[in-house]
Amino acid sequence: MEVSTLPISASHRGKLISSGYTSLSSLSSVSPSRLAQDLKISENEAVEILKVVSRRSGSEKIENGNHAIMNGAQTAWDMLHEEESSVCITTSCSDLDVILGGGIHCKEVTEIGGVPGIGKTQLGIQLAVNVQIPSGYGGLGGKAIYIDTEGSFMVERALQIAEACAQDMLEYDNLLRKDSQACRVIKQPKAFLENIFYFRVCTYTEQIAVINYLEKFISEQKDVKVVIVDSITFHFRQDFEDMALRTRLLGGMALKLMKLAKQFKLAVVLLNQVTTKYKEGSFQLTLALGDSWSHASTNRIILHWNGDERYAYLDKSPSLQSASAPYAVTGKGIRNAAPNCKRVKLM
Amino acid sequence: MANKLISEMGLPRSMANVFIARNIVTAKDALSLSEFELMEVLDVGLEEVTRAVAHISEISCPPYQTALSLLEQRNQNEYLAGHLPTRLKGLDAALFGGIPFGVVTELVGPAGIGKTQFCLKLALLASLPTSYGGLGGRVIYVDVESKFSSKRMIEMGLSSFPEIFHMEGLAQEMAGRILVLQPASLSEFTESLQHIKVSLLQHNVKLLIIDSMAALASGEYGLAPPKHHPLGWHISFIKSLAECYRIPVVVTNQVRSQSRDEASRYLFQGQRVIKIAKSSISPSMGFCFNITSSGVSLLDDEGVEMMGPEANTISWEGHIGIINYE
Repeated sequence: MEVSTLPISASHRGKLISSGYTSLSSLSSVSPSRLAQDLKISENEAVEILKVVSRRSGSEKIENGNHAIMNGAQTAWDMLHEEESSVCITTSCSDLDVILGGGIHCKEVTEIGGVPGIGKTQLGIQLAVNVQIPSGYGGLGGKAIYIDTEGSFMVERALQIAEACAQDMLEYDNLLRKDSQACRVIKQPKAFLENIFYFRVCTYTEQIAVINYLEKFISEQKDVKVVIVDSITFHFRQDFEDMALRTRLLGGMALKLMKLAKQFKLAVVLLNQVTTKYKEGSFQLTLALGDSWSHASTNRIILHWNGDERYAYLDKSPSLQSASAPYAVTGKGIRNAAPNCKRVKLM
Repeated sequence: MANKLISEMGLPRSMANVFIARNIVTAKDALSLSEFELMEVLDVGLEEVTRAVAHISEISCPPYQTALSLLEQRNQNEYLAGHLPTRLKGLDAALFGGIPFGVVTELVGPAGIGKTQFCLKLALLASLPTSYGGLGGRVIYVDVESKFSSKRMIEMGLSSFPEIFHMEGLAQEMAGRILVLQPASLSEFTESLQHIKVSLLQHNVKLLIIDSMAALASGEYGLAPPKHHPLGWHISFIKSLAECYRIPVVVTNQVRSQSRDEASRYLFQGQRVIKIAKSSISPSMGFCFNITSSGVSLLDDEGVEMMGPEANTISWEGHIGIINYE
């Protein structure tokens, strides 16, 4: 019954069905006044219902994408072009960029998890700065949204990382681009901070509200190329009694974030905490929020210690192999680990 | 924000009425339901629901700021851009000025190592007038184990700032700014937190110290450890106080040894080390220190950078860990 799939209120639907209007074609030629009479509703309401119907049947005839066969579908060939031309945000650690296929991908949701102190917030801040690198230096020249749920964002550290980034850009200029003086764009460290939009979220309601509001915000701001949530799990772990509600809310959030990533062609980075799980007789560290959440992200990176060094392990990716790379957190931000350690390891 | 009433959000009258009729009163109630659920419950079309949810979200959303304006605000309005200097040069340098405002800093370590000494010194430093490098404000010191010693604090003051302390009446003025609370139980502490919140606003309180958190929880475990941390709510509340009023909050915590023979560890054979165990703004650094008449003093301002997961752990043998609980 086509009428049951229309996005109208339940009582209107019920009235349509009981009056005999079960298919869209039956509604295509009825006038609003006739419908109002049959359903015993006001004429305005009948007009609204007919609008919804016409939109639904009209869109079936529109060719979306490049395809006449199916509405909204794209061929894999077209997607290949899109995938190849997609841009990445560098992490400033070339080993890490290599295993990530260039960096954090736009149009995708990447989850980064790890124990406290491993550098998740550091990586988040680094990405918020790196997304702003102008295209002349191989970056996106975009802006960043930083949603802070724990209060981890330290402005002094962001300034420090921005200063190091500006310094790096200057050195790049001096080394490689001595001839092209015209393209020199000198970015002040404080200018980096101006393009980081900071939201401090204190409850899960606010978290949902921000994610809902982002669509409007990003359409108005333009140029936002990364949304970082630090951390996605925090407000959903403490005192959440209703697990079913939690799963539903998290699922809804995940969908909205994926939609944002695709719609505005930006990267969504979700930082997650780890928890211990009792499995097969031993305690293991796993990402928080359980198995149902693990489907939410397109890519997953796990940060962990290996002896004295920090390693990043690419756990889940649609197109890349699982691999591990060392990285370091320095005064300048995230950088390559010192040269005497092991390099990229493919699993 | 979560408890904002839908009736006050400026939704079109008809929509607002429908929400209230179905007992969806606050933003939290509305946003906890998916849009399809709302459609069913409210008996309204999808488009209207989407519009209403977008409106509610926009109103309930916390305001945003650029990172730059955050920085400028702190530089302008706050002492040393939001830091309480500890007068330990190496430590202050690593922490970009001192104990940060707006976050909870935890001091962890075994008994007897010097956490309370450090807290006493901080209380003193905060109560110093701004002309002498202090915060010039009141301090609330929650002393759970009755370890607060006025005498020791004055001794520290006389030893560190002899010129100031010998001035007529200054010692009394400063000691008068330090309010000591001694809650006898967790429930008393919970109650006093609400009073503390009121005082923060009214009485120019610039530092909150809780010594120690562990003692509050230790008497409270029943037959089995509870699913949620007994102090979970308190820690969140304290964090929100720190953030809201932009003050430094210092809490102390105990370390219990893994091994059973605690008595043999009573004397510290090794060096006492103060280690920045976890902080967004500093790498893990360890500084050796001693307790002197003027409080804690570093043996060396350089500090040793610690590598590896050890950096984030606090060992039994004589470490005070500083963790910035962001």
